[in-house]
Amino acid sequence: MMRTVLRGVRVIDPARGLDAQRDVVIEGGRVTAVGEGAAAGIGAEARDTRVIDGAGRWLAPGFIDLHTHLREPGYEYKEDIVSGTRAAAAGGFTTVCAMPNTRPVNDNRAITESMVAKARAHGLVRVYPIGAITRGQEGRELTEMADLRDAGCVAVSDDGRCVTDAGVMRRALEYATTHGLVVVQHAEDHALTRGAQMHEGAVSTRLGLKGWPRFAEDHIVARDLMLADATGARYHLAHASTAGAAALVRAAKERGLNVSAEVTPHHLTLTDAAVLGYNTACKVNPPLREAHDVEALIAALADGTIDSVATDHAPHASVEKECEFAEAAHGMVGLETALALLLGLVHGGRLKAARLVEALTVGPARAFGFEVPTVREGACADLVLIDPARVWQVAPERFASKSRNTPFAGRELVGAVEMTLVGGAIVYENPRPEGV
Amino acid sequence: MKPAARHLLGIEDLDPREIVQFLDTAEVFFDVSRRRVRKVPTLRGKTVINLFYEASTRTRTSFELAGKRLSADVVNISASSSSASKGESLYDTLKTLEAMRPDVIVVRHPHSGAPHFIARHTQAGVVNAGDGTHEHPTQALLDAFTIRRAKGRIGELVVTIAGDIAHSRVARSNIHLLTRLGARVRVCAPRTLLPVGVEALGAEVFTDFDAALEGADVVMMLRIQHERLTEALIPSTREYSRTYGLTAKRLSAARPDAIVMHPGPMNRGVEIDPSVADGRQSVILDQVEAGVALRMAVLYLLAAEVGQSPLT
Repeated sequence: MMRTVLRGVRVIDPARGLDAQRDVVIEGGRVTAVGEGAAAGIGAEARDTRVIDGAGRWLAPGFIDLHTHLREPGYEYKEDIVSGTRAAAAGGFTTVCAMPNTRPVNDNRAITESMVAKARAHGLVRVYPIGAITRGQEGRELTEMADLRDAGCVAVSDDGRCVTDAGVMRRALEYATTHGLVVVQHAEDHALTRGAQMHEGAVSTRLGLKGWPRFAEDHIVARDLMLADATGARYHLAHASTAGAAALVRAAKERGLNVSAEVTPHHLTLTDAAVLGYNTACKVNPPLREAHDVEALIAALADGTIDSVATDHAPHASVEKECEFAEAAHGMVGLETALALLLGLVHGGRLKAARLVEALTVGPARAFGFEVPTVREGACADLVLIDPARVWQVAPERFASKSRNTPFAGRELVGAVEMTLVGGAIVYENPRPEGV
Repeated sequence: MKPAARHLLGIEDLDPREIVQFLDTAEVFFDVSRRRVRKVPTLRGKTVINLFYEASTRTRTSFELAGKRLSADVVNISASSSSASKGESLYDTLKTLEAMRPDVIVVRHPHSGAPHFIARHTQAGVVNAGDGTHEHPTQALLDAFTIRRAKGRIGELVVTIAGDIAHSRVARSNIHLLTRLGARVRVCAPRTLLPVGVEALGAEVFTDFDAALEGADVVMMLRIQHERLTEALIPSTREYSRTYGLTAKRLSAARPDAIVMHPGPMNRGVEIDPSVADGRQSVILDQVEAGVALRMAVLYLLAAEVGQSPLT
């Protein structure tokens, strides 16, 4: 049996508050030893053993992405379960939750089962589907949520569309809670964003692009939090993008509401100014906001108001981005750049390393009710090895994803995933020599 | 990021010196259009494509005449007769035209930023003839040309722009141009027709039309489109006209020698009273005449730049 040994690695394990140099031994899909000198007796020449020098590197539980668009079924030209999970592995993610805006929409047991089967057979990382809240994501009739749950869905969401009808949202919260599912809301009042292309502000006015005002997000969040309070449901806010949404979630948590929220790496690192020049790579939904929103989101992530970072990995083919801005699709790929972008916040002193790891592991696990990942004896060996200092340049042509729609092409980033393990098996190893 | 000088994508990209160069060059061509033989050989052998994805009579004719008076070969393509209706992407249309080696592509498009997209994918010079609600640079240049001829200067003038500022590419280009040349620009509309952050462009914002007209040297009226009613931006053209329509009485608040402008097409009796449109202060037809000269200047200056970077 193959054994992997990490010698002298910085183990960051937020689940038990550990952040220290340790040896880690992995065998039979599990962590079998964590400790100072735990690998003392194991030499580099030991049989069936891979010994890795952990000096200068971090070992953390594998990341969990609550918000991934794998595009299968229906949009395999953008991404599929194989390419999407390969991209996840390259980004250090060992679990991804697949959004239901596929074609057909994942709003019934048959679709969920086919996704689960495909992922089990061919996926590189664990895939948990998210079912739709309403049939066809049309915002009217509820999906068969007990069926969806039994088939493997871990949450429900109409992502890309908001459940704007308050009556439907109330019943969705009640019904999903009945069946133990979290409701994930894409908060956008479509009546306020008709034809919108980007954040509404001075930049949208300069560019002559129709704006998506902050309050189109905020007032849905405010309403949903009231509904969550009244129904006692588990509510999760997808991709918070405004200072107002962060403040609302903070106040709700202070009142003791059992709600959670996520933020994307791009909303933490880019502003609406990135759209100047009609850069379609920066066309995302919700849109990139202004500097004070970014500041508020970073603060909310740092203090735990926002529990998780999620990528909203949204692959699109080049023809869907190489066109007029108004015709371009919303979204950017995120799995393979997430860690390095977030490490930028750590290197810049805005976020503690342990908090970042927590927001990529414990936070999302708690939000969706997964077993809390940890690096301890007996734990499942879903792990990521990180070189926080490795300098690399984003080269979209080398992405494992089928799509290249990133605004970070050519950007030099600091910090990289060196190795990803799922159940003890190495599913990704950084192929590039140091310094490339 | 500043586009190469072989393109005219927006006034926002220009500095005052470049703006004045366009205006001064247009003075030369203005006289050509008043000669008995209204043609010069300047752009002989050059090809200009007018690629219009939106209906336009005035701007397209103006560009066409400008090209022809410079002896360029001018081809007009309108969206209704082009591949657009067959579902061809702008990218493919552009690459097809590109293979025919045009020197300048003049583009009008309903989407903001479409000319920027075209400029990224062509060797030709690109002139923005109006993109969505973004910019209409040649309109602002011809307006400035008209103002300069009527007033002798642009700096220090008070220019009031009234109407649907939110959806107006003419307003944006004029704000950029006039503020760069030192004019004081006022914009006036009900709040539903004012874009968020317009003051950041350097304009002073008014909702009271009479206050906005007070002491103005130039009054520029913008068309109000009927679809603004269905979008719940104004209740009726009747009420709009009553509150923001330019009448002779209202105009008397402006300076006595104020000029009245309108980029066209006008809705007589809505944003502008016929007696004002046809009145002694109106320079609306002067704007149209200036348009040809100004566009000759633009084609001339851009074609010269295109020649500097031969096709590979």
